[in-house]
Amino acid sequence: MKDTPLSNCERDFLLKAIEEKKRLDGRQTYDYRKIKITFGTDYGCCFVDLGKTRVMAQVSSELVAPKENRPNEGIMFFNTELSPLASPAFEQGRQSELSVKLNRQLERCLRNSKCIDTESLCVVSGEKVWQIRVDVHMLNNDGNLMDAATIAAITALCHFRRPDVSIQGEEVTVYSVEERDPIPLSIYHMPISVSFSFFQQGTYLLVDPSEREERVMDGLLMIAMNKHREICYIQSSGGIMLLKEQVMRCSKIASVKVSEITELITQALLNDKNARKAGGRGGFAESMPQERITALKMDETPVETTDVTERANDIVKKTEAPPQTVPSPVVPAPGVGQVGLGLQNTWGIEEDDDDEEEGMGEEDSGEEAGGKVAKMEVDQHKKEQQRGDVVEISDSEEEEVVILHPETPVPKNQKGSSSHQKGAATSKKKQKK
Amino acid sequence: MMEVCGSSNVTLREFGCEQSLLSRPDGSASFVQGDTSVMAGVYGPAEVKVSKEIYDRATLEVLIQPKVGLPSVRERSQEQCVRETCEAALQLSLHPRSSLTLILQLLHDDGSLLSCYLNAACMALMDAGLPMNCLFCGVTCAINKEGEIITDPTAAQEKESRALMTFAIDSTERRVMMSSTKGSFSVHEMQRCIAVSQKASEKIFQFYRDSVRRRYSKTL
Repeated sequence: MKDTPLSNCERDFLLKAIEEKKRLDGRQTYDYRKIKITFGTDYGCCFVDLGKTRVMAQVSSELVAPKENRPNEGIMFFNTELSPLASPAFEQGRQSELSVKLNRQLERCLRNSKCIDTESLCVVSGEKVWQIRVDVHMLNNDGNLMDAATIAAITALCHFRRPDVSIQGEEVTVYSVEERDPIPLSIYHMPISVSFSFFQQGTYLLVDPSEREERVMDGLLMIAMNKHREICYIQSSGGIMLLKEQVMRCSKIASVKVSEITELITQALLNDKNARKAGGRGGFAESMPQERITALKMDETPVETTDVTERANDIVKKTEAPPQTVPSPVVPAPGVGQVGLGLQNTWGIEEDDDDEEEGMGEEDSGEEAGGKVAKMEVDQHKKEQQRGDVVEISDSEEEEVVILHPETPVPKNQKGSSSHQKGAATSKKKQKK
Repeated sequence: MMEVCGSSNVTLREFGCEQSLLSRPDGSASFVQGDTSVMAGVYGPAEVKVSKEIYDRATLEVLIQPKVGLPSVRERSQEQCVRETCEAALQLSLHPRSSLTLILQLLHDDGSLLSCYLNAACMALMDAGLPMNCLFCGVTCAINKEGEIITDPTAAQEKESRALMTFAIDSTERRVMMSSTKGSFSVHEMQRCIAVSQKASEKIFQFYRDSVRRRYSKTL
């Protein structure tokens, strides 16, 4: 499905509003939308709401063989899924330009910044390492997917616990969650990306562009930074010329935003940890808002099953068993069993045409004229025989309507003749060989 | 093999639903049954690809997104179950030469997944305001080794069970619209499971009604 294009008046309106330092949702230039972080029931599952943009990240682990050039390092794998849920323009199963771009940015932000200790993921050097897979699903696209995706991914990585392993000689034992407490990943720092959109060739700058603003922007600058104010990656796209001062100003804004978001993430992780310790139920089910009219919850309910057994028995009794009409298989030749089409007709009327056609089909294309002549003769013979068996009801006008004698010897004869013919054909073939 | 005897575990886990929680899709819902949660979104009626166009009705596409990795055979078969149920319920002939897309995103699997998909799908279709002949709901029944019927089983109960059945039931006559079964069972057991599912469906339809009433009321 195609995305609805932005109309010219909408575009003009947005740009004019930006010129007047106004944003459609009432935010200030440097304001982020409301960020909400929730966790799933299992470890390593995180939902991030950035305004109406919604992203889910799920981390999973697997034991694999390491890469040859890095035998004692674990593998990080990122997969960005642009689900059609997020926007009608996204298609399932196709790597779009945007998804490749997002995936690459995520890799650069989280893998290349070495924020995760990959060496601690090694189990047996050169043989077995943990592969940490991060699946980021976009659930709703309302702009700034990248920031939401990095927050979701890094939070999910912090939240994730991998199963404990022990090595005894050559044997590697993976313990389930019940046997041993799973181990968190060692994370050095949390890179968080902050997006800046530029309008009118860099004259106006907005933080955290919404979907509408993304459509009218000229360029985008993304800065990923950790709370120690170290820049992990920086990317400018859209082909706008930025001044040194602009980049410096952006990095200053980014450092403020990053420290705010890092604080939020650590707080969310701590809350979840405490909730899990207290044994309360967490997860998506619990994060559902109760105070909205669009949401409703129902407690565990028993189902009335008093008359279920009787009803079921009733139905079974009422439905008659299907008649046992299994057609007995016909054996046309020894060693062959056949049911259905192409057998001796058990209906009253024989269909000569079909049989003849079949006979023609069986004929070898390379058959010589002699064979055909023989066939013609056979056919004529057949017709004569038919005439003999047919009981004509009346004269010329109803010649087509014929009634065959119930016990005509025709089929048998036909069979005999055709088989005879087949025999002839095969013998011809043999001769050729 | 033991026949079904008692039915002690016939309860539905607590379930909940939130509608129009996503801004982009035309209709969206999340459905939660115990810990199993699914998010659904509907787009349409919209322009259809020429290759998928059907001249007298809308083309319905159902996509199921797993949490990790790409959709596999399991998702494909679930997609088919959901699609056929929705096709039976929706009045597709009202929107010829158009496309309807239903996307189901798995959020957490803790048993009775197919029935959760069906319930989320119905809520999302309702939210999208698409004309339907009837509503539908999904109920999963498991028969455990002792021969008891468990409705809405958890993942652990599903693993323990000897047979697993999911039925889609319509709201008008409580008829079975779709069935998906696994394991072996007798005709009696199946009929009993259907009867239990029909009883359970009444609870779910009541829930649908309550949630719609709540939505169109002004008070909480």
